[in-house]
Amino acid sequence: MTAAQTMFDEQAPSENGPVLRVSDLTVSFPSESGRVQAVRGLNYEVSAGEVLGIVGESGSGKSVSSLAVMGLLPQQARISGSIKFRDRELLGLSDDQLSKIRGKRISMVFQDPLSALTPVYTVGDQIAEALRAHGHSMSKQQAHNRAVELLDLVGIPNAANRAKAFPHEFSGGMRQRAVIAIAIANDPDLIIADEPTTALDVTVQAQVLEVLKTAQEVTGAGIVIITHDLGVVAGFADRLMVMYAGKAVETGQVDEIYAHPRMPYTLGLLGSIPRLDAEERQPLVPIEGQPPSLVDLPPGCPFAPRCPMVVDACREAEPPLSDVDGSEQHRAACIRANELIAEDPDAAEVFEVEAVEEAAIAKVPREQRPIVLSVNELVKHFPLTKGAVFKRRVGTVHAVDGVSFDIRAGETLGLVGESGCGKTTTLMEILGLDTLMGGDIAILGNLTTSLTKQSRREIRRDMQVVFQDPMASLDPRMPIGDVLAEPMQVHGYSKQKIASRIPELLDLVGLRAEHAERYPAEFSGGQRQRIGIARALALEPKLIVLDEPVSALDVSIQAGVINLLDELKAKLELAYLFVAHDLSVVRHIADRVAVMYLGKIVEIGEVDGVFGDAKHPYTQALLSAIPIPDPVAERSRERIILTGDLPSPANPPRGCRFHTRCFTFAALPEDKRQRCLDEEPVLAAHGDDQQAACHFPRARAVL
Amino acid sequence: MTVTIDSDGSGEHANTPGGSASVSPVDAGAPGDLRTSRAKLVVRRFARNRNALIGLVVIVLLYAAAFLSPLFAPWSYTELDYDNFLVSPSGSHWFGTSKVGEDMFALVMRGLQKSLTIGLLVGLISTSLSAIVGATAGYFGGWVDRAMMWLVDLLLVLPSFLILAILSPAFKGKTWLIFVLLLGLFSWMITARIVRGMTFTLREREYVKAARFMGQAPWRIIVKHIVPNMASLLIIDATVNVGAAVIAETGLSYFGFGVQPPDVSLGTLIASGTESAQTFPWLFLFPSMFLVVFVLAVNVVGDGLRDAIDPNSAGGRRKDRRKARKEYQDAKDKARANAPALAGKEAS
Amino acid sequence: MIGFLARRLVNYVILCLVATFLAYLLASLTFDPVAILMQRNPPPPEAAIAAKRLALHFDQPIPLRFVHWLGGVVHGDFGRTVTDHNVGDELLPRMGVSLRLFLVGVTVGVILGVILGVVSAIRQYKISDYAATVFSFVILSTPVFVIGPLLKTGALQVNDWLGTEYLKFTGEQTPGFDGSWLASLGDRLRYLIVPTLTIALQQIAYYSRYQRSAMLDVLGSDFLRTASAKGLTRRRVLFKHGLRTALIPMATLFAFGFGLLIVGGTFTEHIFGWYGMGDWLIVGVNTQDANVVATVTLFVAVLVLISGWLSDVLYAALDPRVRV
Repeated sequence: MTAAQTMFDEQAPSENGPVLRVSDLTVSFPSESGRVQAVRGLNYEVSAGEVLGIVGESGSGKSVSSLAVMGLLPQQARISGSIKFRDRELLGLSDDQLSKIRGKRISMVFQDPLSALTPVYTVGDQIAEALRAHGHSMSKQQAHNRAVELLDLVGIPNAANRAKAFPHEFSGGMRQRAVIAIAIANDPDLIIADEPTTALDVTVQAQVLEVLKTAQEVTGAGIVIITHDLGVVAGFADRLMVMYAGKAVETGQVDEIYAHPRMPYTLGLLGSIPRLDAEERQPLVPIEGQPPSLVDLPPGCPFAPRCPMVVDACREAEPPLSDVDGSEQHRAACIRANELIAEDPDAAEVFEVEAVEEAAIAKVPREQRPIVLSVNELVKHFPLTKGAVFKRRVGTVHAVDGVSFDIRAGETLGLVGESGCGKTTTLMEILGLDTLMGGDIAILGNLTTSLTKQSRREIRRDMQVVFQDPMASLDPRMPIGDVLAEPMQVHGYSKQKIASRIPELLDLVGLRAEHAERYPAEFSGGQRQRIGIARALALEPKLIVLDEPVSALDVSIQAGVINLLDELKAKLELAYLFVAHDLSVVRHIADRVAVMYLGKIVEIGEVDGVFGDAKHPYTQALLSAIPIPDPVAERSRERIILTGDLPSPANPPRGCRFHTRCFTFAALPEDKRQRCLDEEPVLAAHGDDQQAACHFPRARAVL
Repeated sequence: MTVTIDSDGSGEHANTPGGSASVSPVDAGAPGDLRTSRAKLVVRRFARNRNALIGLVVIVLLYAAAFLSPLFAPWSYTELDYDNFLVSPSGSHWFGTSKVGEDMFALVMRGLQKSLTIGLLVGLISTSLSAIVGATAGYFGGWVDRAMMWLVDLLLVLPSFLILAILSPAFKGKTWLIFVLLLGLFSWMITARIVRGMTFTLREREYVKAARFMGQAPWRIIVKHIVPNMASLLIIDATVNVGAAVIAETGLSYFGFGVQPPDVSLGTLIASGTESAQTFPWLFLFPSMFLVVFVLAVNVVGDGLRDAIDPNSAGGRRKDRRKARKEYQDAKDKARANAPALAGKEAS
Repeated sequence: MIGFLARRLVNYVILCLVATFLAYLLASLTFDPVAILMQRNPPPPEAAIAAKRLALHFDQPIPLRFVHWLGGVVHGDFGRTVTDHNVGDELLPRMGVSLRLFLVGVTVGVILGVILGVVSAIRQYKISDYAATVFSFVILSTPVFVIGPLLKTGALQVNDWLGTEYLKFTGEQTPGFDGSWLASLGDRLRYLIVPTLTIALQQIAYYSRYQRSAMLDVLGSDFLRTASAKGLTRRRVLFKHGLRTALIPMATLFAFGFGLLIVGGTFTEHIFGWYGMGDWLIVGVNTQDANVVATVTLFVAVLVLISGWLSDVLYAALDPRVRV
């Protein structure tokens, strides 16, 4: 970190008091239905070197409040209160005055790295621009050199060359690093990171958080990190502020909040996170309902309509933030906080969630259950084309390279891996029922290669799909009734049958019969995903293929959908193929798990075995990258940070495909390494139902 | 600025402009209202758009005037008033007379009839053609697609105006319906390319995939999922095509390549009025005015329809019309700009 | 990239040839110049008609005639008109006239259109934006042959007001104008203003709509926010990052815009008495002359070829994602 020392003063300027002090901040926007009170009286401060986590669901005002600090809100926003940066009032400054502070003393990292950089300039130029915007004496060459140093600092290998690359040549994780490089370029006093890892894979998320930590160390800046995921900030933040409906509803030291949440909302949020370290399967806590509309908010606690602990008094006045647990540090806005203090109940109790009973079939030993889906040595290669517009073939992508697994009745197999590992391709091959490039797929004992038109139709009936994006998976021009009717029409159900089945299906997924009349746009993401599930159930399938069904949803809503899937599985004895990148979700829902890396399965087996005692270093790294919503555990965890990105599947490494990023390999003596370089490991059994493809499997504690 | 206020989070409300306040997800307690038929909904939304409504009224009035005025107008378009050559508008000749004593009002109405009919027919023919060809090419790809793209490229090099001008001697003296057919046959390509581009993206939508995986037949997918989801584009394009067809017709007729005398269209009237535009402005201004007003009205209605048809668009269920109109205008502009840009990219 | 552009060029050349052939074919099938000849009074003698048929190579099949004609074109011989003039002789002057009109009109139109579009996007929903919207809607709904005469009338008013005939709009220069080189240029400019305005107005309306929405797309994008967060001033953010990116989709429009221009140009030339290529097409159709029509088509095709190819190059220059 020699470069860093020359670029940054190690300590924050020793001015006293907080770097940022926000008081009584309100922000409102005009909208068709009236003024949206996006932020309603927010107070917080951040000191130098401190990390403040702001947590809340979509629409809670967490992003709006930080954009207000940056002065980046649209013109029609009405802002009042006070935002003091180092005792200087920022509200009311002109754009010119603000632009001298932005990027120089306060900087920001945004959510979506893919669109955060201007596509037409090189990454190096964009970093240099940030430097030159504030250091007018800096020459072009100096700025460029420093940009390269910064890229190096944030962990971009071969920085001098990569600085000349355009954003589209960078992966998502690399772009986010570049954005962080821009943010720290001028040694700011405050960095605001707005969901910096939401759009990224877990392994990349761990890397980016690591870079942010480095950034904080070298700049000594205060950090505000905004997130909807309580797991992400557990090990990173010092203090936490939970926001709901434009207000802080609980603030305090991280440890206290995670251990003793004093606002039912926080309690629910914590309970909704599927935990990797859960000993046994517990039901998740969904927070039912929607955040309130911020136009003409009714009096009383805004969380009251969704709160399991609501009493009449809650609807009378909005409770202020007040000290709880006798501590000035920990404050909550709930009139029943004292009861939570007295009883310290867990979330499932408060939200009255019941455990799902196991299906009868789950009690039958696995070997005796029929095989629903078997995939054998599946291969799929794509031509690799270059250029977004002028396409030409330059190679072959080995998307899936010999994948085998099977799923038995009433069982859930989780298929996990980083994006680009081939899991979605595997899924599309299974769903396509077409000729395969290599290997074979059998569904309910029928090989897809030997299907007649008739039997293909029948198989389509037994295998249904639920997609990732609840916005895109329903035809926006069809009322829900028609959406649900479509598969039944295709398969020749009678009109009466369809008409009676639609309310049944809606009821099954927790919606009401009247909803059949409405269009998808009228539903929230979670509700749409339920509709997608209802459509999949319409034909009473045996197998449902789920492609990242909850990854686009907020955690509290995700919990409801996961519970629903659990419930349906037990009730209807379904088998699931559950594709996901989030291992904690998979741990929660799956019976078995297969971990994919670069088109191959590197580890497969029963969930408890794989998660409890992972043998493949990649599985270990994936598990280690998942944050645990427990600050104490999180701080003491030794995290495995994978270096670099997933290698291109067009040119997979020789020998073991994982060796380029493998920490075990790196630690091996020279003579043993050769084996990893030359010989591709095959799946070998470890225990009853666990196989891993590694030459040197060794146990490692990752939780 | 079109900043979505609700910029945090994973897109739970991302589809709705204006942030969470305007979202009204069906909450569990809401009373389910009766299903409104699609058509009724569209009509209601359209009616909220003042500009579009005015446009529609104008179009209806123009049609009514063109087809009903002969019933009560003092002169018919074949009559000549030998006492009045080149008189300016008056009580008996509302739009004045021509140099041979024809009543300009009757002539303009007759020309309007012809132009309106031609516009409507051509718009219908070319839009249907482009929807069919474009969606098929886009959905199936392969050689169908390549052949179509080549045709479109060819049309860029050989504008339809040129083709029709060259062909004009062939239908001289024949019925104007041939002219209509040719006009329709040579104006579908650009829209088809836009449709194709959109089909490419729609084909990858998850709901289309879902339909494919449930065993739906390709042509049914095209009819049920692809074409309806382009309805807004097709409707805009149909209206724009009507406008374009009227302009093309008048343009060709202006040079004598279109509607042939003794029949009149707005184009032939404008052509004969042009020379004396400065001296006897009524010969030129009246037919021009009707032409411009009609095309303008058609374009405005196209925009209004887009808004009404798209359930996600802003104008639908909002109370504040002014704001809604602004938002839909953006959406519309985007749709417009994306369309040819998309087409252009595909071209490469 | 170079290889790609070369392939595109070859593709365009083939398209040009096919287009010209089609035009020639259609013209030869529908035209009957001899019929016009026979309508003369007194009717020409049989022998003259037969000679005409032979001169026009009517004894040969059409594809062969086309090959003959094309063979001539390669050597700069564009055949003879029905009235037995050399087509090539007329080509160069007419091309000059059209290009003068088009180039100025397009340049003015594109530049002003882009500016207008950007300004109304930045000042969205302000009065200026509404005004620009109404302006482009009205202009796009008004055919050239209405705009042209209206501008003429307008020019008359201006001249009245100036008290001298400053703006001219019939032909492209004062017949028999005699003066220095500079004075001659000034004279030509006065003739150029109104027709150029006619073409430019349409182009402005067309491009400004697209530029406005392209700019609006970019205005809402994340990278502008990143640029602001860096500490750039709003002006720099808008122009360096916003406009630069919003220009990309415009590149693809140029090829399409040219189609509009050529048709519009035909009317403009006709209305203002400029004897250019568009006017020639009308003459060609009216005299039923296949050689003239084919020549005009070739000209149009080559223009579209150049503009299409330029827009490919421009696209690649503007967008690094395409370059690779």
